[in-house]
Amino acid sequence: MKHTVLHDVHARLGAKLIEFGGWHMPVQYGPILDEAKCVRTSAGLFDLGHMGRIHVRGKDTLRFLDRVCTNFVAKIPTGAIRYSLFCKPDGNPIDDLLVYREADSVYLVVNASNTPVDLAWLREHQRGFDVVLDDQSDRTGMLALQGQRSTEVLRQLVTDCDLTQIGYYKFGFGTVCGLRDTRISRTGYTGELGYEIYLDNQHVERVWNAILEVGRAHDVRPIGLGARDVLRLEAGMPLYGHEIDAQHNPIEAGLDFGVSFRPEKGDWIGREALLAVQASPHKRLVGITSEGPRVPRQGQRLFAGESDIGYVCSGAPSPALGLNIASAYVALGYERPGTALDVDFKGKRQACVVREMPFFSRTRK
Amino acid sequence: MRPNDRKYSESHEWVKIDGETALIGITDFAVQELSNGNESDLVYCDLPEPGRVLTAGETFGEIESVKAVSDLNAPIAGEVVESNVAIEEHLEVLSKDPWGAGWMLRIKPERKSLEGLMDAAAYEKFCASLKH
Repeated sequence: MKHTVLHDVHARLGAKLIEFGGWHMPVQYGPILDEAKCVRTSAGLFDLGHMGRIHVRGKDTLRFLDRVCTNFVAKIPTGAIRYSLFCKPDGNPIDDLLVYREADSVYLVVNASNTPVDLAWLREHQRGFDVVLDDQSDRTGMLALQGQRSTEVLRQLVTDCDLTQIGYYKFGFGTVCGLRDTRISRTGYTGELGYEIYLDNQHVERVWNAILEVGRAHDVRPIGLGARDVLRLEAGMPLYGHEIDAQHNPIEAGLDFGVSFRPEKGDWIGREALLAVQASPHKRLVGITSEGPRVPRQGQRLFAGESDIGYVCSGAPSPALGLNIASAYVALGYERPGTALDVDFKGKRQACVVREMPFFSRTRK
Repeated sequence: MRPNDRKYSESHEWVKIDGETALIGITDFAVQELSNGNESDLVYCDLPEPGRVLTAGETFGEIESVKAVSDLNAPIAGEVVESNVAIEEHLEVLSKDPWGAGWMLRIKPERKSLEGLMDAAAYEKFCASLKH
């Protein structure tokens, strides 16, 4: 199992560490739902060193990425970030990612478990394009500070950069704890105001400690992957392996905003298949809430009366709503908010209701 | 050391003969594994109605934490006399007192023999073997 540079720091903080995508990562330092509430009320700090970071440069960078990505990379303004996917010719994704558009290059942030597959995929398709793929994953780390207090905490450690001038899904470079030209983006996976900070491995621990030190007065705490999953589900954000995977395309997942069919983008891998899905989708990703005691779990079936009409992708107790929530695929005709369904728990039914996602978000409605 | 007045199963239930009936619960190890030591991570427990007849090893219920679901299995055969429904609303009892207040089922055992189950010392070794 791989370790981030903060592995021993987490262990000393008393974290429970689990295997996640080939990495030994903190799932929680204390109760998961308390950590989720901490991010919603003050702010929380996440170690995201496991995620993949790939810098792409060379004169064909935009043309190459517009061939392998679903969104229109050449149209992203410099300094902006867009959600995208890498899809196979059948339209199903091998991963989803964030695309950071720089003046002459592009920075990609991909899922930890898919990084090797993504790199192999990019290398397979780079023939004929003048691009250099620089996988920085092993020599860099990444921290996320998420929550309403994140600006006032981070501001105390940053110079040369006005954090309030970094818009949502934008990035800039500033001096963080004395480290010049540090990439800071206003992104996250929680539905909260927040930042992601990119650092060379040797500096990660110092910045982690500095944020917790400054954050102590603001109730900033380290947050594990357990709460991260609750928060991202509340925020209606997909997780590869749950809402999207090699059998679940971005169109039916409602991720149209990350897919561009504009002719100026040119042809790209998966375009034709996804156009066909768009023309005649079979199912739809929806949110469901349940007032029942049981938490819906991935793979459980959904029923409308006696008809099996869908299945759960992710589920969690939601501290923000005080209800159990889930994302689920339902057959067309059952996607309307308010539709009453049942979740099947090994033969026992629990009532639930379709609703729009996000369940909770301060960044989008 | 865990109580010596009962026997333990490999799926981390305990059973204790109590006169004509037997009590069944889950061990501290099971609770710890499910909740990672955080009692508020336990979210749900489903127990059977009195009258249900269980065979040895049969799944009689489920317990859920925020992240996981575990089956509850009958260590011995018998008929359910009573379920401790109080714990369904107070799952923290399972962390605080898994051996007493955290009992789950009272059953009328088919046989009084607890053969094939582990005593406290054997269960201790069994748990140690699971930790890498």
